[in-house]
Amino acid sequence: MPEIRLQQLRKDYGAVNVIENLNLEMADGEFTVLVGPSGCGKSTTLRMIAGLESVTGGQIVIGDRDVSKLEPKERDLAMVFQDYALYPHMNVAKNMSFALRLARMNKSDIEKRVKEVAATLDLTAYLDRKPAELSGGQRQRVAMGRALVRDAGTFLFDEPLSNLDAKLRGQMRAELALMSQRIRKNMIYVTHDQVEAMTLGDKIVVMKFGEIMQAGTPEQLYRNPANKFVAGFIGSPTMNFLAAELIEENGVLSAKGQGFSIPLPDARRASLQAHKDRNIHLGIRPSSFTEGPGGLKMPVILSEYIGAQSVLISELGGQQVAIEVNTVVPIRAGEEREFKVQGDEIHLFDPQTEAAL
Amino acid sequence: MSIARTNRMTPYLFLAPAGLVLLFALFYPICYMIYASFLDWNPSQRIGEADFVGLRNYTKLFSDPSFRESMWVTLKFAGVVVTLEMFLGVGLALLLDRNIRGMSLLRTLFILPMMIAPIVVGLMWRYMYHPTVGIFNKTLKSWGFDTIPWLSDGNWAFASVVIADVWQWTPFIFILSLAALQSLPTSAVEASKIDGASGWQQIIYIKLPLMLPVLIVTFLLRLIDSFKVLEVILVMTNGGPGLSTEILSLRINRTASEFRELGEAAAMSNLLLIVLLLLTFAMFIYNKAQDARAARLRAVEEEA
Repeated sequence: MPEIRLQQLRKDYGAVNVIENLNLEMADGEFTVLVGPSGCGKSTTLRMIAGLESVTGGQIVIGDRDVSKLEPKERDLAMVFQDYALYPHMNVAKNMSFALRLARMNKSDIEKRVKEVAATLDLTAYLDRKPAELSGGQRQRVAMGRALVRDAGTFLFDEPLSNLDAKLRGQMRAELALMSQRIRKNMIYVTHDQVEAMTLGDKIVVMKFGEIMQAGTPEQLYRNPANKFVAGFIGSPTMNFLAAELIEENGVLSAKGQGFSIPLPDARRASLQAHKDRNIHLGIRPSSFTEGPGGLKMPVILSEYIGAQSVLISELGGQQVAIEVNTVVPIRAGEEREFKVQGDEIHLFDPQTEAAL
Repeated sequence: MSIARTNRMTPYLFLAPAGLVLLFALFYPICYMIYASFLDWNPSQRIGEADFVGLRNYTKLFSDPSFRESMWVTLKFAGVVVTLEMFLGVGLALLLDRNIRGMSLLRTLFILPMMIAPIVVGLMWRYMYHPTVGIFNKTLKSWGFDTIPWLSDGNWAFASVVIADVWQWTPFIFILSLAALQSLPTSAVEASKIDGASGWQQIIYIKLPLMLPVLIVTFLLRLIDSFKVLEVILVMTNGGPGLSTEILSLRINRTASEFRELGEAAAMSNLLLIVLLLLTFAMFIYNKAQDARAARLRAVEEEA
């Protein structure tokens, strides 16, 4: 299982440039998730790796082979499509064995392989059914099975869970995670759902407008987002952004906005010195607030009770803020509470470049 | 009459005019024809004066070698023509199902023959097949080859009418196949590429099987139509030479107008009608089966 490198990858559709200069390395056996909003070029990138879209410029290297001009079948990969792309006229067994039959593998081996994979995916009872006679979740598993049977070097997933309902999606996500642990192959997974990205990926690549905003482990992206876009994209509920000014009061560097002033930890003083007395954007995750005396007095405008947690919608300096708290006793809308912010969990961004400070 | 009852009658009221037209324009002539097929009827007689001969017209037909020849020509013509058209039409569709500049113009050009009136097609081909001034023989001659007796030799005449029909009707199959091809799920085709299917394998294992329902209906439509050709052959060969291109509809025409045997012509028409009804029925059954299957699958899906 070779590593995969994208080098100066470029894609144009006629005069429209979708991806300009994409560089990415994926280590051997790594589960890489490409994530981003619609139109960010993640699916296009995946389809270029698959060979379903031509490459306008640059190279796709798998191992030490430049595959960018090769046919899909010469790239040693398997793919799971968003709409499953099962062959409607073949039953489950035929669907799963199609690639093996094309490769002229001998019949008993094919049968054995299909049965093995079907067993791991709970599909044994459905081998004779046509795709139209299966439920969404079963179809999805057949699509998975079709990819697994192949024993390809690289697995590509194009939003494979987005057509499932929420409950099934969670279940399939867990199954996928288990599967990837078991087979340890190169996996490239495209999704717009950051929860999928966080739970599945060894490495997450956040994309926007055909550019990589940041690539790293889920933890890196969550703890140290490189820019405001990544900060806002990763994490749920979404990070709060507030306009503020970086000032020094009584020898303490703090972010001062309308109606609040939050002191920043000493450790960040050196790196922030250059931005003193400038406007900044403050990013606070809803979970960075803790309720307690001596904090900011904030009104509870709306309380969304989810169970163990509640998400409160509040207001700080005229700007809406979401706060996530553990529900001990449900907090009702209309109350006023005091919340503290952990100084070391605060993110600061340059308002022009949106880069993290 | 209660309001509810009136309401229930409303649809029938609206259907009535169309029903009346059908009754007079379709049902009446068919009954007339069926009745006439039991008569020994000459065009100079009124129908009431004709002798009733029972099934004699039918029994005569089956022992008539010309009729059997004509039936054979019709079957041969329909079989050859539809087979060729299916291969060419589907092949062209597979070939032209891609995004190349000027493709839409090309597609439009391909379907032009279908839009020309059959009489005109017949005339056009007759001139092209003309033994001395026709473009084919003139070209052959200028290249130093022997000329071909396009319409004056039995086998060549059959081939000539087949060529003309294929030229006119391949586009029909082409556009229907192209439409079917373009509505195929793209991702299934892409999946087959990833699974390692070559261009041919994609066509044989994925595209054709998925197009099959459309192809079957197209095939039956075309088959029904090919049993009814008249004008093109009438203009080109008038059934000749000998009986080599005399398809059934031409024979019916001749029996009625030339041999003045209205009863026999009616019997032949009835036989042709039965063949066509069987084909239509086959198509109907096929569509029903497809619908039933779709309904069953939908039910399964909703259940799931």
